[in-house]
Amino acid sequence: MTLVRDAGVVLRTYRLGEADRIVVLLTEGHGKVRAVAKGVRRTSSKWGARLEPLSHVALLLWQGRSDLAVVNQAEVLDHFRAVREDLERVADGFAMLEAADQLAQESHADPGLYTMLVGALRALADTRNDARMIVPSFFVKALAHEGAGPVLDACARCAKPAGSVDLVAFDITEGGALCTACRRGRPVSAAALEVLRQILGGALGRVLSAPRPACADEVAALATEAMEGHLDRRLRAVHATSGLTW
Amino acid sequence: MYTGSLRALIDELGRLPGIGPKSAQRIAFYILKIPSEDARRLADSIVAVKDRTTLCEQCFNVAESGNLCDVCADDRRDAHVVCVVEDPRDIVAVERTQQFRGRYHVLHGALNPLEGIGPDQLRVRELLGRIDAEEITETILCTNPNLEGEATAMYLARLLTPLGIAVTRIASGLPVGGDLEYADELTLGRAIEGRRAVVP
Ligand SMILES: [Zn+2]
Ligand SMILES: [Zn+2]
Repeated sequence: MTLVRDAGVVLRTYRLGEADRIVVLLTEGHGKVRAVAKGVRRTSSKWGARLEPLSHVALLLWQGRSDLAVVNQAEVLDHFRAVREDLERVADGFAMLEAADQLAQESHADPGLYTMLVGALRALADTRNDARMIVPSFFVKALAHEGAGPVLDACARCAKPAGSVDLVAFDITEGGALCTACRRGRPVSAAALEVLRQILGGALGRVLSAPRPACADEVAALATEAMEGHLDRRLRAVHATSGLTW
Repeated sequence: MYTGSLRALIDELGRLPGIGPKSAQRIAFYILKIPSEDARRLADSIVAVKDRTTLCEQCFNVAESGNLCDVCADDRRDAHVVCVVEDPRDIVAVERTQQFRGRYHVLHGALNPLEGIGPDQLRVRELLGRIDAEEITETILCTNPNLEGEATAMYLARLLTPLGIAVTRIASGLPVGGDLEYADELTLGRAIEGRRAVVP
C-alpha cells in the first residue's frame, strides 16, 4: 500500500455495506479514481460533506494493488456552494459530472479534463454568470480536448470553407457543420455556429459574461448531441433534469 | 463445493445487501445448526412480510396489507403537518426523536440525475394530491442532507410554496457530541447560518 497525494472532484458516490461509500473522483494526477470512504454515511462521520459529489478536494489516498483506493484524508478546496443551493445550477453540475465521468479513464491522468471541469464548476458557482451557456461550453471544449471537437469553419463532409458555402446543417456523426449540398442531421443557424466558434476560439469568457444569446437553446441542444454522439450513450442527467427546472 | 439445498441457501443469502460470500456461508451453517422450529419461524417471517406488507396508500410508509400504516391510522396525530422523507426507515429515525406529532410522506428515493431518477420516479404527484385533500398546512422537508436530498428539497419547495402552505427544511448542523475542529466547512457554515438565540 502506498500513500498518494492528489486533488480531485467527486463525480459520484455509491453506497457500500452499512455505512461506507465508494467515491468516484476525477483527479489531477491519476485520472479517474475509485476510493472507499469508510463510515461516510454516518451523521457523525468525520468526512461530513467533504466527499459529496461536486466537492473539490485535496486527498491522501491509500493505493493498494486492487483498483479500489481508500480515502485517508480529504480537505476541501471548494464546495461550489452556490451550485448546490440553486436548482438550475445543481442540475447543470450533475450534467457536467456525468460527462466527465464518461470521458475520464481510470489510472490515465488527464490534467486538461480535470482543469476544465474545475474551471466550469467555478464559472457555474459564480452567480454573476448566466448559467445557461456553461454546460454547452464545457461539452464542446471537452470534446475538442478529446480531439473530437465539431468542425465549424468548413463543411465536415466536402471540406469547402465557410466563406464559399453556407453551413446550414449539423450532424456529429459526419463531424460537425454541413453545407447545403451535403446537408443531413439537424438544421443549424449561423448564430449558433458563431457562438460555438467563440467558445472554442478562446472567447469563452465573452460568451459567459454576455447576455444570453437568442440561440442559447439551440447551442445547448447541439452541444448535448455532440457529447452524446461522441460517448455513444445518452446523458441521464441532462434528460432527468430537463423537465425539472426550465 | 457445497451441493443442493445448502448451496442454494448460501447463494440466496449472498444476494442480500452487505452480505459477502464468507458471511453467507457463516449464516447458512448457523441455520443448519439451529432447531427446526427456529428455522421455520425465520422462513415464515420472510414469507409473511412479503405476503402481508404493502405500502400505506396514504403516505407510502410500510403497512399491513389493506390498511393504513400505524401513523396514518392514529387519529391523535396532527393531520395538517406532513414530514416528507426519502425512505420508510427515515420515519423510524424521526419517530425515535419523539419531537414530531404530524404525519409522513415517503418519496421512495431522491432526485438523482446520474441514476436517471427524476420526479416521475418518486411519489411527488401523490404528495401534491394530499395537500388539498387532507388540508395540509405545513410540510417539513426531511430529505437527506446530501446533494441529492438538497436538490429534492429545493424542487419540492418550488412546487409546494405556491400552494400557500408553510414549507420548512430540517436544519443542518453539527452532530451533538462532536468536536468543532473536525467539522467540514459546508456543515459548519450552515450551522452558523442556522444559529439560534441562547436563553440566558
Ligand atoms: Zn459540403
Ligand atoms: Zn401512512
